Amino acid sequence: MTIDKILDAKGLACPMPIVKTRKAMNELNSGQVLEIHTTDKGAKNDLSAWAKSGGHELIKIDEENDVLKFWIKKG
Amino acid sequence: MTVYAMTSKEVTKKVFNKESLFILDVRNESDFQDWKIEGENFEYLNIPYFELLDGVKEILYNIPTDKDVLVVCAKEGSSVMVAELLSEEGLTVSYLQGGMKAWSEHLELVKVGDLKGGGEVYQFVRIGKGCLSYMIVSKGEAAIIDATRMTDIYLEFADSIGANITHVFDTHLHADHISGGRVIAEKTNATYWLPPKDATEVTFEYQPLEGGNNVIIGDTSINIHALYSPGHTIGSTSFVVDEKFLLSGDILFIDSIGRPDLAGMAEDWVADLRESLYNRYRELSDELMVLPAHFMIIEELNADGSVSERLATLFAKNHGLNIEDENEFRKLVTENLPPQPNAYQEIRETNMGKMNPDVEKQREMEIGPNRCAVRK
Repeated sequence: MTIDKILDAKGLACPMPIVKTRKAMNELNSGQVLEIHTTDKGAKNDLSAWAKSGGHELIKIDEENDVLKFWIKKG
Repeated sequence: MTVYAMTSKEVTKKVFNKESLFILDVRNESDFQDWKIEGENFEYLNIPYFELLDGVKEILYNIPTDKDVLVVCAKEGSSVMVAELLSEEGLTVSYLQGGMKAWSEHLELVKVGDLKGGGEVYQFVRIGKGCLSYMIVSKGEAAIIDATRMTDIYLEFADSIGANITHVFDTHLHADHISGGRVIAEKTNATYWLPPKDATEVTFEYQPLEGGNNVIIGDTSINIHALYSPGHTIGSTSFVVDEKFLLSGDILFIDSIGRPDLAGMAEDWVADLRESLYNRYRELSDELMVLPAHFMIIEELNADGSVSERLATLFAKNHGLNIEDENEFRKLVTENLPPQPNAYQEIRETNMGKMNPDVEKQREMEIGPNRCAVRK
C-alpha cells in the first residue's frame, strides 16, 4: 500500500479529527491513500461512517498504544 | 442568536415532566440507533456532524422554531459546532453539556417513601442508562444498595443529611455497569455485602450476603431482610426493607423480568428464575412496594420520576409474571434475547476486582443502555 499523506490528529477532540481528515482528503486525488493517527476513540465509528458516506474506501484500522490508525483511499 | 448549554439535570426535568423537546442528535447513525435520550414527548432527527461540516442550510427546514431544540453528541464538541452553525442561521438552540457521556453519568435523586419508625428511602435514577440505586436512611445511619461508580453523589448526599453510611450492598454481580459499592465501603469503613455465589472470583474482602441475613440501620429496627432469589445471576438476592419495600435487583422490573444469560448460563438458570418469580415472590406480601435495579423504557417512570409499583399490580400486569407454561417461559428468557450490554464481560471482571480500568475506560465500557431485561 502506498501512503500519499499522513495526518497527525492525535490529542484532538471530536469534531476536529474529521474536520482535519476532510481537509487533507480534499488535497488528494482519487485513488490516493491518507493515513490518519488519532487518540479520539469516537473516531473509530465516525471515520468509518464518514468514509462510507463520502464514497471513500476505509482500507484498514489499527490500534497501537492508544493511538488509532486509519488508512482511507479517496473515492 | 444565542447558543445555550443545557445540563443533563435540565433534560431530566423535561423527561419527568413529559415536556416536548426536539433533539438533533449529531452522532453517527449506529450510535444513535443503539442508544439515545428517551422522553415521551421528544422528537428526534439524527444527522451525523460530519455531514454538516459545510453548513446546516440543508436541514434548516427540518428544525422546528416553536419548541426547544437540543443538539446532542457523544462528548459535547461536535454539538457545540452544530449549535453554532444553527445559531448563525438565526435559530436559538441549546447543546447538551458534556454530551452523552454526561447524560450516562447523571443521577437524579427521588424520595420513594418513609420508614415506619422514622427514616426515608431514596432512589437515585440514572436516567440515561436506566440504572436505579438506593439509600435507606434511619436515625443518622444509611445503607446503600446497587451504587453506581459516581460515588461522590452518594457520599455528598449522606453528608448533607448528616447520615453515616454503615452498610453497602450489591444485589448481584452487575454486568451492565460498574459498581461503586466497594469504593464507597472503603471510603466510609462501611460493611460491603455481596451474595457469595456471585462473588466466587472476587479479589477483595466482602461480607457474604445470604438469605435470612438481617441488617439493622439506625437505632430502631429498620430491617433489611435478604431474600435469596437466583435467576439473573446465581447469587441474586432481593431485600425486604421495613416490611414495606421489596428491592428486587435484576430479578423483577416494572414492565419486564431479568434475563438469565449474562454470565453464559441461561439454560441452567431458567428454573431458578422461575422459582424466584413464581414461588418465592408469591409468598411475599402483595402490598410490598417493588423497587427494581433498572428501568428499561421511559414509560416505567412514575409522574415524579421514580420507578416503583405495588407487587400486587405487577402480579396482575407484568407479562413476565403471567406465563403459565414453563416451556413458553423458558423460550421467552433464553431465545431472541436483546443484544448484551456493551463490554459486559469486562464490566463483570471489573466488579470482581480482576480489572482496574481508569475512569475514561470505565466510561467507555458503560456506553449504551443496560439491557438487563427480557420483555414480551
